[in-house]
Amino acid sequence: MFVMYFTERPYREVPEEEIIRSRSFFGTPNKFFDHEVGARLYNEYLDEAVYAEELGFDGVMLNEHHGTPFCMGGVMDVEAAILARITKKVRIVLLGNPLPIVKNPVRLAEELATIDLISHGRLVPGWVRGAGSEQVFHNANPAYNREYFNEAHDLVLACWTRPGPFRWEGKHFTYRFVNPWTLPYQKPRPPIWIPGIISGETVTWCAERKYPYIGLGTSLHLTVDLWNLYGKVAADHGYQAGSENFGYLQQIHVADTEEEAQEQGKASLFGGGGANFSRPEWTLPPGYNSKEANRRLFQSASDYGFLGITSDTLARSREEVSPEERARRRAERRQGDTRHRLQRGEIGIEEAKAKIMANYGKAQAGMQIIIGTPKSLLPKLRLIMEVLRPGVLGLFQAQGPLTKEQRLNSMKLMGQEILPELREYAKELGIVDPFEREPGTRPFVSGTKYEPLVDWEALKRAPKRDESVRV
Amino acid sequence: MAEWKEEVTRVAGTDLAIIKGGRGKPLLVLHEELGHPGWLNWHDEMAQDRTLIIPIQPGMGNSPRVEDIKNVHHLGLFYGWMLRELGLAPIDVLGFSFGGWTAAEMATADSRLFHKMVLVAPMGIRPPDGELMDVFTVTIGHQLSSTVHDREATPEYESLYGGGERSASRMEAFEDARTETARLAWEPILNNPSLPFFLKSVKDLPVQLIWGREDQVVPVSAGTAYKNALANTEVRLAVFDHCGHRPEIEQRDQFLKTVREFLA
Repeated sequence: MFVMYFTERPYREVPEEEIIRSRSFFGTPNKFFDHEVGARLYNEYLDEAVYAEELGFDGVMLNEHHGTPFCMGGVMDVEAAILARITKKVRIVLLGNPLPIVKNPVRLAEELATIDLISHGRLVPGWVRGAGSEQVFHNANPAYNREYFNEAHDLVLACWTRPGPFRWEGKHFTYRFVNPWTLPYQKPRPPIWIPGIISGETVTWCAERKYPYIGLGTSLHLTVDLWNLYGKVAADHGYQAGSENFGYLQQIHVADTEEEAQEQGKASLFGGGGANFSRPEWTLPPGYNSKEANRRLFQSASDYGFLGITSDTLARSREEVSPEERARRRAERRQGDTRHRLQRGEIGIEEAKAKIMANYGKAQAGMQIIIGTPKSLLPKLRLIMEVLRPGVLGLFQAQGPLTKEQRLNSMKLMGQEILPELREYAKELGIVDPFEREPGTRPFVSGTKYEPLVDWEALKRAPKRDESVRV
Repeated sequence: MAEWKEEVTRVAGTDLAIIKGGRGKPLLVLHEELGHPGWLNWHDEMAQDRTLIIPIQPGMGNSPRVEDIKNVHHLGLFYGWMLRELGLAPIDVLGFSFGGWTAAEMATADSRLFHKMVLVAPMGIRPPDGELMDVFTVTIGHQLSSTVHDREATPEYESLYGGGERSASRMEAFEDARTETARLAWEPILNNPSLPFFLKSVKDLPVQLIWGREDQVVPVSAGTAYKNALANTEVRLAVFDHCGHRPEIEQRDQFLKTVREFLA
């Protein structure tokens, strides 16, 4: 069982009203960035990673977003390079570099190899398509998003594994002399994990390549289907998938008492939480979605006219709902969302905040976030492990304006009281991670049925999630 | 109402949907960035004495994407090939917005493709004053509603793209069109920095530019930039008052009069 610590490294001192009014973290004017705060926070987050190592985590996970106080990891590889030097044991898990916006995959191959060398082989690279807003921020043509991803992936791998010098003449990238002197420490290459949020296309792509797939806090009921899809594709490719092929990230906040945890945990809905990550026009720039994904989306969203697709609608598009429910939601939507009501002066900012906080209970009930003491948290984490059997579990420090002390205390409780229990559960449940058993090394016997990857009985105990609530 | 029909034809190395309607001398119509907006009143009136030929841009509607068309100049080369293969050149052309830019690119490649050229608020040149609207970072609804200056005074706005409730298939068609436009013109943002230079090569091709003074998508200053770039041919610029990016529906009578007089 591989347990890693994760934080988005939020810029925690941004005015909440700005985000609620624009309904978006992305695009918050950078006049609200204070260099003293930024300097302090970057160092605090590096210190947290070192502390995670001291507490016994197996890995520290970083991610990358741009132009947003939601996550300060705009140049994740720089943070990773520092961690390579100042940590000693933890693996540095990058989930991930947004390949379509990189524009220079050879440079990326060099950066990652450097991190792997400085850390003596502790790098786990992972790659993503990047949120829609990332394409806008870095001006990466969204119509070529998946093509950029695929070709950049192939080129980075070629840099690491194909003897140079060679010429690369792809559709999107051309290099006349590929011969990076700096190659990864790990041979034949570092292990690659891929994070995702309910995309069958990505899961299939991972299974074809034996890359572990890390579900980013997705609903258990939807995630089990993805695991099965992975298992089926794996079997088609001649191997038996297992817990070593899967990971899961869960946002949590831990405190000494239930009351403290509940009060502090409200920070996770700061600014509307993940639901306000970015506005629809930035979430879905043209061509970012595949035609098939758009079809699924619009078949659900067409009721809403052509006013744009909100993140709520995005989430709802994945649900099966009755015509009556759809009609009810349409009526509800026509009343206007919070942002428009704020603009029209129909409600004030306090009312808007109250509306956001009204989801706090739902978010916990659906386990979008788990908040409590170690004692009250553990059964929920165990349920996740029973249902999904993930070889990799990421504990995601709650978002929002928690104090440094609250964050460190939450980490301490994770490390001292939760981690040992998780390891016991893993032993009991027979869960192994990708380092204990290399993904794709167990052959699948043709004509047999592949071993179950999820526990359907345990799933019956999992709460149903309201997909419109995002933290 | 003039009769029209859409047929998919094998031409210029691909299947291409072409709408054809009306009677009389052919007029090539190049549609805007969201696709063909439907058969509108101006189409109907123009079709009384002109045969409208409206190719649906590859990657939109019933025309499959052509991967080798990678930018708007390529698209212009493609339409030139189409005209030659269909025996339609030389022809009069009327291009709207993205389609106007495409027509301008065609003229730089071979101005003999056309008798006369009408460009209605074409993209393609960075305006000296103001900015081309970044249609890729707004919602479809915002993009569409930005095209007219006064929605109340433009009842035909409600008929664009079939009007009424937007079906899932309509939304998909919009998204296909936006994707194709992004594929060709994401960067530089809806313009070709070399276009003004090459427009100077255009000779013996009378050009009519039409703009709405309140155009929010392509600011009217781009009209002057186009006029200046077309320095070696006859060019006139008509700017309509109380008008945005769709003179053909916002000031239909004035639009039709201007186009007819020019093409006569």
